[in-house]
Amino acid sequence: MSHHIIEIQDLEFAYPDGTKALQQVSFRITHGESVALIGANGAGKSTILLHLNGCLFPTKGSARIGDVPITKSTLQSIRRTVGMVFQNPDDQLFMPTVYDDVAFGPLNLGFPLEEVQLKVMSALEQVGLAHVKNKSPYRLSEGQKRSIAIATVLSMNPDILVMDEPTSNLDPKSRRNLINLLQTFTHTKIIATHDLDMVLDICERTIILNNGRIVADGKTIELFQNADLLEQSHLEQPLRLNRLSSM
Amino acid sequence: MHMADALISPAVGGTMWAASATLIGYNAKKVQKNLDDRTAPLMGVLGAFIFAAQMINFSIPGTGSSGHLGGGMILAILLGPHAAFLTMASVLTIQALFFADGGLLALGCNIFNLGFFPCFIAYPFIYKTIAGNSPTKMRITIGSIFAAIIGLQFGSVAVVLQTVFSGISELPFVKFLFIMQPIHLAIGIVEGFATAAVILFVKNARPELLEPDSHVALQKKVSIKTVLAGIIGITILTAAVFSWFASTNPDGLEWSMFHTSGMEELETPKKDLYSSLSSIQEKTAILPDYGFKKEDSEATESVETWPGVDSGTSLSGLLGGLIIFLFIMGIGLGLKKKKKKAAS
Amino acid sequence: MAALESAFLNLGHIETLARKQSKIHQLDPRAKLLTTLIFIITVMSFNRYDLSGVIPFFLYPVMILIIGDLPLIYLVKRFVIVLPFILFIGILNPIIDQNIIMKIGSFSISGGWVSFFSILIRAVLTVFAALTLIATTGFHEICIAMEKIGIPNLFAAQLLFVYRYLFVLIDEASRMVRAKSLRSFSRKGNGLKEWSSIIGHLILRTVDRARRIHLAMLSRGFDGEIRLAHKYVFQLKDILYVLGWTSLFMLMRIFNFSILTGNILQKLMP
Repeated sequence: MSHHIIEIQDLEFAYPDGTKALQQVSFRITHGESVALIGANGAGKSTILLHLNGCLFPTKGSARIGDVPITKSTLQSIRRTVGMVFQNPDDQLFMPTVYDDVAFGPLNLGFPLEEVQLKVMSALEQVGLAHVKNKSPYRLSEGQKRSIAIATVLSMNPDILVMDEPTSNLDPKSRRNLINLLQTFTHTKIIATHDLDMVLDICERTIILNNGRIVADGKTIELFQNADLLEQSHLEQPLRLNRLSSM
Repeated sequence: MHMADALISPAVGGTMWAASATLIGYNAKKVQKNLDDRTAPLMGVLGAFIFAAQMINFSIPGTGSSGHLGGGMILAILLGPHAAFLTMASVLTIQALFFADGGLLALGCNIFNLGFFPCFIAYPFIYKTIAGNSPTKMRITIGSIFAAIIGLQFGSVAVVLQTVFSGISELPFVKFLFIMQPIHLAIGIVEGFATAAVILFVKNARPELLEPDSHVALQKKVSIKTVLAGIIGITILTAAVFSWFASTNPDGLEWSMFHTSGMEELETPKKDLYSSLSSIQEKTAILPDYGFKKEDSEATESVETWPGVDSGTSLSGLLGGLIIFLFIMGIGLGLKKKKKKAAS
Repeated sequence: MAALESAFLNLGHIETLARKQSKIHQLDPRAKLLTTLIFIITVMSFNRYDLSGVIPFFLYPVMILIIGDLPLIYLVKRFVIVLPFILFIGILNPIIDQNIIMKIGSFSISGGWVSFFSILIRAVLTVFAALTLIATTGFHEICIAMEKIGIPNLFAAQLLFVYRYLFVLIDEASRMVRAKSLRSFSRKGNGLKEWSSIIGHLILRTVDRARRIHLAMLSRGFDGEIRLAHKYVFQLKDILYVLGWTSLFMLMRIFNFSILTGNILQKLMP
């Protein structure tokens, strides 16, 4: 298996009106790592994610996956390697049935119908939802929708999984199920999230973003002990690590 | 303005289907070619939007009744005529399939009446002409109103023609027309205001959504003069057609004119046109068969394209029909009972 | 908002019906689509005064109903909704056409009434045919069938998208309407300004949603063509289905079975 290393160098992104969303962003993520991207709303997490599969292109700097720079001409192969799961499952489940949604990716990649079937069933089994394949996405619970949204990406067999707020809006049980599921994945994972407790469970490395810049990049456990650092970035320590101060 | 299957003959329905299908094919190719692939999801969601929007009523001041949006004009303004037509067609198709409110045979008519006229006549010729590329508030409002009115007038005439040519409903052409047009004028004014209100809202919030699609919009450099000339031409044609019917159905026309005050102006030169039109009428013998009711009628001749002219109404037929009906119901019930037994 | 909720429930119910597994459900959707279209065209081809010739055609929807195990009550309900409109148009006939064309015993019946009932019967037939088609096939199968018959890919995909987001949009719309009504205490109804505000917001959210969907599509390799994941193979049973029904329809169209039956009956009577 070739190693797909994500390399972002001095990336800068500005909106058409000039406001800078990201500045001097650099990081390197190697095969199999699980990295959390945390920061306040508007810090730029989603913007970074959108650069990872070519939905956005930097105004300065570079982004590459392995040997391949992310450009307009390499998009198809980049998107085969990097699977992106967005925040709102309703925006990703746009086909009439679950099966159709999970099959969308492989069909676009050109696989014949029999192979598509295999990939779809395998992805659905991975998330434990093979039994809903003929249902309309509208009828699924929020947790099921999340899992199916992940399945729609898994069926393309990506090496890298990028996820934007995967646990938001989930009830505790569904959330726990999702965390357990993510723990079974051997893909490289990049997860933008507010759920710091989940980060402790899944991601050994964390990048903290503040106002479009990276202010910290290191071991999750170490960063999370630093309450001041978190607070400067408009964050808080996860509940688990909170010293219960006497009230 | 939706038509029901029950009023359309296969001939008319089929023709309109062919027209609509051709339009769908043509526009699908056009949109596909210029596909900014953003268009596909946008068309889809805006289609769903139209559905939802049609279910929200607004009250019409002064009348105590409520109305709702048709949507063709808004789609055309946001998507350009080609994508808007396809979107409208998709909404009507789903309505026909699920709400059984138009019927499948009439779908071709509906797509044409409610899609073609707003997107390819009203939008490019009226709205775009008045509103131009960077319209002011006033232009948007006036453009929307006139476009909506014209689009609906055309659609309404089309409905009348389709119904009458089908020969199933007994409504006489002129009377029907005189009922339909004023109603749709009112509807058009309301739709125009509603459209303008929404477009203005969007313009305030996100003006970039209203930018013209230079590569997809129809190339129309039409002057107001041309538009007016067109409208006058159509009026003359309509008057000529009216006079034709006036000559064969004088009582009917007087009746309608009497009942729709304010339309006294149609002083068609009956005498002169009559002779030329009646000779045309003789030559195009096909028309009389399609059920235009004549006062001086020969024996009422039912429309017949297939064998068996009177069979539909003979007593024998009715009795037999009753028996067959009961028979079918009996089979149905019997089978159902059998199924229940087998299941239990 | 009664319209919104009833639309909701109706679509959901039909989809549930379409998931059943009867013999009809298992037929190729193209076969069912074709047969229904031929049915509707044939029924509509009768002349306007026909009453008895169309009766035998009830066999088709009834058969589908039985074999497809569809609930009659529900279909009747759907039809009743369309009824007022048909009555409204049809009722003009008896008023306008007063020529007597039939006599039963001492009753004379005008052409207007005959054509009115003819319209009514044919409306029942065609609406039931359409309903049974969807209830045994499911909307998205019909779309795929249409695409395979020749409808442009873009249009079939468009139908699927609209259908998919119908509920979502109706949901959003009813939420906005409810929120607004909770804030307007004494004013009744929606004036144009409030209405256009709701609709305007709805459009903006729709456009934003479309952009997000587009990104999701791109991320899964979308290149402009919408590929649908189904392979249908026309089997012998499908061919027989279409040919069988079509032949029957043709026979029933050419020979008025009702009259035949009636004549036989009269011969049998002393």
